[in-house]
Amino acid sequence: MSTTATEKTGTTGEAKGAAGLGPAGWLRWAWRILTSMRTALILLFLLAVGAIPGSILPQNVVSVDEVNIYFQEHPELAPWLDRFHLFDVFSSPWYAAIYLLLFVSLAGCVLPRAVTHLRALRSRPVPTPRNLDRLPYSARFSTGADPETVLAEARRLLRRHRVERYGDSLSTETGYLREAGNVLFHFALLGLLLTLAAGSFFGYRGNMLITEGDGFANTLPSYDAIYPGHWTDMDSIAPFTLRVDDFEAEFIEDGDLRGQAASYIAQVSYTEEPGGEERTHQLEVNHPLDVAGTQVYLLGHGYAPEFVVRNGAGDVVFDQSVPFLYRETATYTSDGVVKVPDTGGEQLGFVGVFLPTAAETPDGELTSSFPGAQNPRVTLEGYQGDLGLIDSQSVYQLRTSGMEELGSSPVMEIGDTWELPDGAGSITFSGYKEYVSLQVNRDGARLPALIAAVTAIGGLMLTLFVRPRRVWVRAVRGEDGRTRVELAGLGKTEAAGDNTEFHELTTALAGRLRNESDDSSQDTSDRRNDR
Amino acid sequence: MTYTLAASVNESMASLSDTLVIAMIVTYAAALFLFAVEAAYGKNTKLKAGKLMPVGAGDDADSGIEVSVRTTEGEARASQSVLGKLAIGVTALGFTMGVAQIVARGLAAGRWPWGNMFEFVVALCLVAVGALLYASVRYQARFLGGFVLVPVLILLGIGVKWLYVDPGPLIPALHSYWVPIHVTATIVAGGAFMVSGVAAVTYLVSHRSEARRAAGEETAGIAGRLPSPELLDRISHRLILFAFPLWTFGIVAGSVWADEAWGRFWGWDPKEVWSFISWVVYAAYLHARATGGWRGPKSAWINVLGFATVMFNFFAVNYLFSGLHSYA
Ligand code: HEM
Repeated sequence: MSTTATEKTGTTGEAKGAAGLGPAGWLRWAWRILTSMRTALILLFLLAVGAIPGSILPQNVVSVDEVNIYFQEHPELAPWLDRFHLFDVFSSPWYAAIYLLLFVSLAGCVLPRAVTHLRALRSRPVPTPRNLDRLPYSARFSTGADPETVLAEARRLLRRHRVERYGDSLSTETGYLREAGNVLFHFALLGLLLTLAAGSFFGYRGNMLITEGDGFANTLPSYDAIYPGHWTDMDSIAPFTLRVDDFEAEFIEDGDLRGQAASYIAQVSYTEEPGGEERTHQLEVNHPLDVAGTQVYLLGHGYAPEFVVRNGAGDVVFDQSVPFLYRETATYTSDGVVKVPDTGGEQLGFVGVFLPTAAETPDGELTSSFPGAQNPRVTLEGYQGDLGLIDSQSVYQLRTSGMEELGSSPVMEIGDTWELPDGAGSITFSGYKEYVSLQVNRDGARLPALIAAVTAIGGLMLTLFVRPRRVWVRAVRGEDGRTRVELAGLGKTEAAGDNTEFHELTTALAGRLRNESDDSSQDTSDRRNDR
Repeated sequence: MTYTLAASVNESMASLSDTLVIAMIVTYAAALFLFAVEAAYGKNTKLKAGKLMPVGAGDDADSGIEVSVRTTEGEARASQSVLGKLAIGVTALGFTMGVAQIVARGLAAGRWPWGNMFEFVVALCLVAVGALLYASVRYQARFLGGFVLVPVLILLGIGVKWLYVDPGPLIPALHSYWVPIHVTATIVAGGAFMVSGVAAVTYLVSHRSEARRAAGEETAGIAGRLPSPELLDRISHRLILFAFPLWTFGIVAGSVWADEAWGRFWGWDPKEVWSFISWVVYAAYLHARATGGWRGPKSAWINVLGFATVMFNFFAVNYLFSGLHSYA
């Protein structure tokens, strides 16, 4: 294991001499340290330990909402954690420092090995050592077969090895692929990192909600949230269009698993470009839609209750469905806001709760007991005044500072109408639709990353399972006319398995020679039996 | 539109599966007892030369072959008794029950039988016991029996007591042919990691006993009668060689699936983070074995740490963190 040797000089020998070496010497010294196995080990540990906060603290890559909630719940601590990028661990400078150092170390460590290996591939197996019995494994036996037969038999036995004849002996070597696999594996990891980086620079990812019956055109403004890469040209994204024709969710009704979702299916129609041919697709959780190299995924769903609002004069001023966000998937109790700016008079706003299957808890509180809409109910709180729409604001929040409370509605069934106080009008809960939340993703790294990963696995298998070893066979005719055969082996990896294998080789060779001499001359074998 | 449906479950298969879990636990407990007796009272016997056992000098002398071996290692020995053979038989019986239990559960629910925590734990234990049986036959590693069955019984106990749910359909995210591919790979790797971790702990104990013997102290009981640390280390390493590429494959298959299901192949969700951490720790283990001064107890500790991260991923990530992977 030549690395271990290099490393020893790298960390101890050179360290002493470094002081008097000047800048170039210092650099070389630092490079040796960086590319030593011990440093690789430490960096691997740091890589693992550094990932831990990324699983304990909410991460922006996973859910921006959860990070925001954390900020609200820990107003003192969160900004401090943020200073250390602990909500963006995997894109933080300190984590990047760890893995970049690791990969520099990797290249510095594996490249020289690759070169050495290339050289070894072209050279012949080493000359046979004089004293084979100094090797970890050696065995001796004698046979009636002549030396040339012995060596020819040995060649046949070692046909997987690279063989070189040196006088009265064979020197053989096998298992070159281990080193090649090691180099391949490490470089595939490097390749994986590079493709991932490239993918994140040139791709994009976006999310939106679409209510049943509504459509979507793939342009920047259509998204509720979009995350383009640094170098993504968002003006030239695939111009597909898509419509959600129908959505079905199935939930388990009884037993332990009551309320668990069993399937989500959205029927969508799409065109590759505006005015193109319309096709349909059944969008499911594990069945995304692929349009022009861009993937569309079904992430979740929710309810969009429909409301009709009339003003004081009885004119309909609002008639549409409003997506509500669920609080939890077990019940789909959902929250939403209805904003009615154009009433002819003062603006109206409502904060609502949608319960797909309304039920009362033992202490008389109203909740939802099931995610499916078996008994849909809505309760509302009304507000009148100025919605403050001049400032941009979330569609899921109502700014009530400029508004006056109108009180709470009764619990409303579909078709129920709440007459607002003071002749402010009325609001009718007229039904509900469902919406789906979709993600659109374009990541050019998908295929190259997969190729790199598969290559890494291939290289890994080679490096773990191929065992390089050397075998020598020497055959010399003794004074008594019989041939003394010596077989010795040197494994470069684990000892026990190799020795067993060398021993099997010895027995196989002895066995073959015995058979051969049995066939050729009956008396040789008789003589041996007499012995 | 929303629909509801009743969970369709084959009740007789479901109850058969439940009975088999209990029968399996009882059987393993009996085997554990037998293994413990063998470990404590068996005869210290030399193991045959084999894949993991060194060839001794002079082996096979009767065939006229004279062998000389220049390794510092002595021959491999273990405490053995006929009870151990019985224990292996009983373990194999329990293993068969485990296979039948998983099949019955799959039939009961009408799907691949690894879709929730209970089923993961049962499958993990099945793999661990399978790895034990394999190692016993192939590597004469029967002496690990008792050590493997202890965590197996603990996990099965936790599974039955706290994780149990009736068989039923899966959440939509698990409706995929990737379940048999990705989940099987990680469970098989996990079971092998478990046996390897157990072998590493046994190694550490044996290493300590050896050091105490070297210091002239008496070592008694099971701890004093373990096989040599070298042998335990080799078994532990061999299992990692099997499990690490499989784990790597499991992660890659998982990310292909994630790409299909969630629209990204890697999103640093807690489950992904921890499987990455385990992967890095085991890579560190393999590196440590090639790094001067890190072979031996230090790398064994890294191995144990690796298994701790696998278990943490299994339990803690499902219960403590919320993520796409929470199937608890
Ligand atoms: C991304 C980080 C890395 C991972 C996941 C990784 C993983 C591995 C694995 C799994 C092996 C196989 C071990 C065996 O043969 O038993 C290995 C071997 C090796 N690695 Fe790495 N490695 C990484 C980085 C590095 C770095 C930075 C270096 C150099 C400083 C390095 C140098 C080596 C060497 C020399 C071997 C061969 C050891 C031997 O001869 O047995 N690796 N690595």
